[in-house]
Amino acid sequence: MFPIIEIQHLTRQFGSNTAVNDISLNIERGEVFGLLGPNGAGKSTLLSMLCTILRPTSGTATVNGYDIIHNHHQVRQSIGIVFQDPSIDADMTARENLQMHADLYDVPADTQDARIKGVLELVRLTDKADDFLNTFSGGMRRRLEIARGLLHYPKVLFLDEPTIGLDPQSREHIWEHIRNLRKREDMTIILTTHYMEEADRLCDRIAIIDHGSIVALDRPEALKSGLGGDTVILGTNDGQRLCDLILTHHLSEEVTLQNGEVKATVSNAGTSLPRITDAAAQDGIHIEYISLNHPDMNDVFMHYTGRDPRPETNKERFSRMAMMRRRRIK
Amino acid sequence: MSEFRGIRTLWNREIKKFLREKPRLINAFCQPLIWLFLFGTGMRFSATVSGYNYQEFIFPGLVCQAMLFTAMFMGISVIWDREFGFLKEILVSPLSRSSIFLGKMLGVSTDVMFQGIIVFPFAFLIGAHMDLRIFLEALPVMILITIGLVSIGLVLASVLKSFEGFGLFQTFINLPMFFLSGALFPLSNVPVWLQGICYANPLTYGVDALRTVMMSGTWAPLFPLYIDMGVLLVFDVIMFSLGTYTFGRTD
Repeated sequence: MFPIIEIQHLTRQFGSNTAVNDISLNIERGEVFGLLGPNGAGKSTLLSMLCTILRPTSGTATVNGYDIIHNHHQVRQSIGIVFQDPSIDADMTARENLQMHADLYDVPADTQDARIKGVLELVRLTDKADDFLNTFSGGMRRRLEIARGLLHYPKVLFLDEPTIGLDPQSREHIWEHIRNLRKREDMTIILTTHYMEEADRLCDRIAIIDHGSIVALDRPEALKSGLGGDTVILGTNDGQRLCDLILTHHLSEEVTLQNGEVKATVSNAGTSLPRITDAAAQDGIHIEYISLNHPDMNDVFMHYTGRDPRPETNKERFSRMAMMRRRRIK
Repeated sequence: MSEFRGIRTLWNREIKKFLREKPRLINAFCQPLIWLFLFGTGMRFSATVSGYNYQEFIFPGLVCQAMLFTAMFMGISVIWDREFGFLKEILVSPLSRSSIFLGKMLGVSTDVMFQGIIVFPFAFLIGAHMDLRIFLEALPVMILITIGLVSIGLVLASVLKSFEGFGLFQTFINLPMFFLSGALFPLSNVPVWLQGICYANPLTYGVDALRTVMMSGTWAPLFPLYIDMGVLLVFDVIMFSLGTYTFGRTD
């Protein structure tokens, strides 16, 4: 069996700006494949080309065996898309939206009603079927869009930021639906997201895109363990001496001093930590606090793109430090 | 077969939306009424049209006006669809671009025809001659007028992309097309240069054709009916091709 999506040297330029730069990639049948990357990295451009909305500047790709440049119609029949921005008709009911979709995709008329019933059940909107969409919450609209994307039994489902702007509970719901979908045979899901936890929990493989190229591609666990282990953060009044100490004792090869905190990468925090504290005590360095960090997708993202996917983290750290200071003053 | 289903569903959608919007329905009734009584009465006393009852003279013009303004106004639905994202759902579907344009065009045209037909009962109120035969003869003329006008609106909306830009051009097209179509005054009395401009306006032929079939012989046509219809047909074909082209552009 050939891969469901084969991308060969795909490139797209906008003027002098190269949004997607010579990407080659195979996506296997039945995978949940995650595309991560900072804003403007080229995720949406890549997706648009695979959906045949945008023509590549050079290179090509096949989706379900059909060429995205020459077989528009067949590619479009093979894919379902849930856009980042809403794309429903809010003046119509849920059922009307689904019926229009069935007509546009020529879903066999005799199976149409059963399928609409099925997808509504899947996203738990059966009792809302005849309500107008302008009465739906953001999460419900999203779920309906997912249902609509499934109506013509696509081979590939593209989810562009499926949970953006949703509250944690709705997000949990959507994840549950995606996990349910995964169990269905022969469907491949490709999702882009800004939520690292989402990618980690849902995806079989993840590609990180930056400046139009793939900078990392692997299973989430492999990406995380590829970072070289745990991070130990030590708060001390003498950060520079502690850094030197850790390096001279070969307790870690990667030590940085950030905002007065010593950050050391170790292969196993459980065994390294006692040795670091012992050495510090012998040298009379007072350690105020310790925090441990097992690498997560956020760290992976930061490692490969140099950017923090969570802008709030620094603020959190700042408030934590402020709290420490207050405690010390007492 | 699949294209036909897609066209039909887009067509249905426009009609449903039109009928569901109560303010628009009320407007559909009130606007011609206002034009007919207020404007029509005012013009009757200031403008003299020798040989015709002015209300009867202006009636086919107002049918055209109702259709023109509605057609232009409805073009904006393409921009709404784009703003609210539904256009994307249509554009990524397997339906071809020309079918998308056709479905949209047929839908909006039906709304416009509906708006034009709403004006007819008012003929009795103002004492213009009206019966079933006149109505049935007027329909094909109205359809030819509608297709071209709707296509102008849709082309504009798909090219301009923003509400502001569309609003500006809409006024630029609506008013000259209406005032220079002979809808309000006969073109036989205007200077030659203005006549030239009016003859370049496709709506002139629509108004002329409607008067020919509706004023039952009292109207002296500018052109024979077949020329009017021929010009309208050519206009429709050009606008329809342009529409298919603008909708077909990718990126």
